[in-house]
Amino acid sequence: MTEVRRLQPQFPTLERQRDADHFGMLIFLSTEVLIFGGLFVALFVLRAQHSAEYAKSSMEMHYWLGGINTAVLLTSSAIVALMVEAVKSGSARLAKWLLLAAIALGLAFVAIKFTEYALEYRDGVVPLLSPAHLRPGAGTLFMDLYFVATGLHALHVFGGMTLLACLIWPFGRARRDTSAVFAGNAALYWHLVDVIWIFLYPTLYLAR
Amino acid sequence: MTEALSHMNPRVSQEAIPDTAEERRSYLAEGHSLKSWLTTTDHKRIAILYLLSITFFFACGGVAAALIRLDLLTPAPDLMTNDGYNRAFSLHGIIMVWFFLIPSIPTTFGNFLLPLMIGAKDLAFPRLNLASWYIFVFGGLATLATVVLGGVDTGWTFYTPFSSTYSNGAVFMAIVAVFISGFSSILTGINFIVTVHKLRCPGMTWGRLPLFVWSHYATAIIFVLATPVLTITLVLVALERVVGIGIFDPHLGGDPLLFQHLFWFYSHPAVYIMVLPAMGVVSELITNAAHKQIFGYWFVAGSAIAIAVIGFMVWGHHMFVSGQSPYASAIFSFLSIVVAVPSAIKVYNWTATLHKGDIVIDGPLLYALGFIGLFTVGGLTGLMLTMLPIDVHVTDTYFVVAHFHFIMVGGSVSAFFGALHFWWPKITGRLYNDKWARISALLIFFGFVMTFGPQFLLGYEGMPRRYHVYPAVFQPLNVMSSVGASVLAVGYLFPLLYLMWSLRYGKPAGPNPWGATGLEWTTPSPPPKHNFETVPVVDKQAYCYPVGGRGEQSRPRTQQAEAGE
Amino acid sequence: MNLYLWPTQASHYAGQVDWLIGGFGLLVIALAAPVFILSGIYLIRFRHGRQVDRGNAERGNAWLETSWALIPFVLVLGFYVVSTKMFFEQQSPPDNALTINVVAKQWMWKFQHAGGQAEINELHVPVGQPIRLVMTSQDVIHSLYLPELRIKQDVLPGRYTQEWFTASDTGRFAIRCAEYCGTDHSVMGGQIVVQTPADFARWQAQAGADKSLAQRGHELFDRLGCAGCHGGNAQGQDAAVRAPPLIGLYGRPVPLADGSIVTGDDQYIHDSIMLPNKQVAAGYKPIMPPFGNVLNEEQVAQLGAFIRSLGTGEDK
Repeated sequence: MTEVRRLQPQFPTLERQRDADHFGMLIFLSTEVLIFGGLFVALFVLRAQHSAEYAKSSMEMHYWLGGINTAVLLTSSAIVALMVEAVKSGSARLAKWLLLAAIALGLAFVAIKFTEYALEYRDGVVPLLSPAHLRPGAGTLFMDLYFVATGLHALHVFGGMTLLACLIWPFGRARRDTSAVFAGNAALYWHLVDVIWIFLYPTLYLAR
Repeated sequence: MTEALSHMNPRVSQEAIPDTAEERRSYLAEGHSLKSWLTTTDHKRIAILYLLSITFFFACGGVAAALIRLDLLTPAPDLMTNDGYNRAFSLHGIIMVWFFLIPSIPTTFGNFLLPLMIGAKDLAFPRLNLASWYIFVFGGLATLATVVLGGVDTGWTFYTPFSSTYSNGAVFMAIVAVFISGFSSILTGINFIVTVHKLRCPGMTWGRLPLFVWSHYATAIIFVLATPVLTITLVLVALERVVGIGIFDPHLGGDPLLFQHLFWFYSHPAVYIMVLPAMGVVSELITNAAHKQIFGYWFVAGSAIAIAVIGFMVWGHHMFVSGQSPYASAIFSFLSIVVAVPSAIKVYNWTATLHKGDIVIDGPLLYALGFIGLFTVGGLTGLMLTMLPIDVHVTDTYFVVAHFHFIMVGGSVSAFFGALHFWWPKITGRLYNDKWARISALLIFFGFVMTFGPQFLLGYEGMPRRYHVYPAVFQPLNVMSSVGASVLAVGYLFPLLYLMWSLRYGKPAGPNPWGATGLEWTTPSPPPKHNFETVPVVDKQAYCYPVGGRGEQSRPRTQQAEAGE
Repeated sequence: MNLYLWPTQASHYAGQVDWLIGGFGLLVIALAAPVFILSGIYLIRFRHGRQVDRGNAERGNAWLETSWALIPFVLVLGFYVVSTKMFFEQQSPPDNALTINVVAKQWMWKFQHAGGQAEINELHVPVGQPIRLVMTSQDVIHSLYLPELRIKQDVLPGRYTQEWFTASDTGRFAIRCAEYCGTDHSVMGGQIVVQTPADFARWQAQAGADKSLAQRGHELFDRLGCAGCHGGNAQGQDAAVRAPPLIGLYGRPVPLADGSIVTGDDQYIHDSIMLPNKQVAAGYKPIMPPFGNVLNEEQVAQLGAFIRSLGTGEDK
């Protein structure tokens, strides 16, 4: 994590250092996009090769819950964007409350996700653990990829929440940095986690 | 006149030379404790940490290679069992690819030189740089753990369903090792890209960057965009192996070709990670040896970017006989021809740079010429492989083994040694005995050709790769190859000896023993911790050597002294 | 010691491949030679210490750069066209090709002729006759490599791949596995024995096949109870358990439950037996039990031959 305000020797100006931090974060996010990209390729190949099975499995997903989760994440992203503005305008306390709200929404997302997992366990469509009603072949493969993709995404949600929480403690002074370096980077990460879900939701839940 | 006697050679002295004033003020003198090295954020020290680590892994991979070539002296399985041999070549591939070649030039010379070349005091994220090294070391330890756990026998390519379902080697640990090393690559890539964008000194425009920097920039793009795909692919294989979910195993409902597509989508760009930095090195060495501006700067710089971009579009040429659609094969064949063009441009431009140069033939130049010769042969055999009927016959044979060793070993490792010799005086402050450098370069070149040249014929004759037992008719060529390997090993060992010798007995190099352009040569040798006392300001193109040659006055002292050779 | 300098050409195609690499080799030598020759000349001519005119050296020349990029590219493209055409011909066996089923497993090659003869690691074929190998793997990916014929094709589990050739010389040639497959990968091989038609016919007769592939398939069909749903003569049933008719299935378009249409080829038949719910025929319930754990690939090939034979209504 960068030291707010302390100029590192390799940078000529603080502004250049901030630029570099921001740019570095963007490049890191592109690596995250490519990690999920591999999973999306697997899903698209499955869709292309077994479209009927894929659609059938997708239609059995709890798309209402998934839809609510989409709204939850979108709202939290908006809140995080407001948080960055709050930091930039010097309202460190407001930023703290906004962070707590965003983290709460993140927790809500995870709670809903695990509820879905529990429902899927009850429905008997979890490979290995509860496979009673799994369709062999493409149906199983769909659920495999669903759990890997949403599981990996949930891990990233935890990572994002940790970053946001760090802005409250122990890096609370980063909220007082009006150039919002750390806050901006944490927000970027959170937005990416949201964007990945925006793509995951239709890919997994809305295939017909 | 024998030059073995060091007192005759002006670069090396008979008595140990104590630390010079520059050395006492250099980055090497900032703390001598282990802790100062293990907690450093100085890019130069981190480069040395990497140099030691990759040398260690090169030795490990080399031991595996020695075992392989020893066993292949005879057609019978007399040195190792079949399983043992399979573990040997798998370990050789995994170590050499991920723990030697991919990091080699970027993490050693890239780390050391990138800030110096652009007039910066360090990389953009020094602590991330140190983290990269630690991650690399953990990945390496995991690889060694694989050996202790009985070894992995899937080949470095981990093809499913053998790796995910059938192998009984330490596949999971091997996957963990490679998975970890991927993060080291990604962090280095991020660091390099941000550094080149944000830390160039005043006047250092993109058009004045040394070609070494362009190459490393292109390499960093591949680090960042390709490695994550390997990461997720390995995760999926591990899940299939450990948990049993079926993604790649058809008996579990999966598709083995999906693995190959995902794997090669990373692994083909990965080979450009292994060669682009070497090409950057060669541009520096050739321009300095010829003491002349590079021919076609923008074509050479642009070709590095072109190779990086087009390199993402050709992965299917590893899969011509895999069962993929013939139409896909035809498209990949065409694109693979396209990707060869920028490499050809570089080779032609290096040759044209020599024209009307003022060429001094020393160790670094011989290594650079070795690269050009061997890379050209390797690259042209690659062009042969893009022709579908040829590939159908020789894929998965020793023809391909020869092809990629020509590029990665004949090419990249030669360039690595060239870089080691060229920048040794800058890194250590000492000169070395160039006669031994030239001997080593020639030993490496001829040893290499003897090792891998016969393998082209072996492959065309039908000897598949990864064969422990082989038909007796192939023995003569295998023996020739193994003998060449011992010459090559000696060639690789010599620099270790005379370079270490130079640390005590080499004469002080001074800031610019080769009369080279480039900001790194304006600092003391070795440089101080923060590289530049005052931030440099650049107002000239790269490789701004005086027109018309060196002239007597500009000839470096060391070369004048050797005029009597 | 026999200096084996060039592999035998066992087919006309092999000769074509050799010409291709020979010609292409000449092209690449022509493209590379200037580099080696000129480098050598320049190293000597412009070596430091030689008094020679070094002035007015060009820093670049866009025309030169473009031409030495484009001209080799276009020349190579010429070879690309020839090569790709050859490749596509190699993907399409002629209609009169003799089909032989191949099953690869760790670590052996099993061949089944249409006449029922089974071989392990040795394959007898007649000379001058196109031979089509339909291949699948029992376990991991293998690759059937016939170096003297210059052909190779990976053999996948769960899928059929094919390669074809016409041998032009009699003799014994190598069969090698070319995709790393585990412990005994390097000893997984054998010989292909190319014989005159007369010798081949003699071999077929004494190879001890009392039943053809299709007859064996018919036996399996009865023994495993397929007739229970598909009918004793595979005509389909109108009983409580309804199953599609198999007569004339082979090669015919099959409408699937999801609305798409596939061809009833070897792969479709294979998957319908091993993983029936992967592609369900339109109008039928997905109730066929999978036989993936009951049958091995050779038996599936026999059933496939039987169903193929139903296409004409005959049972050989």
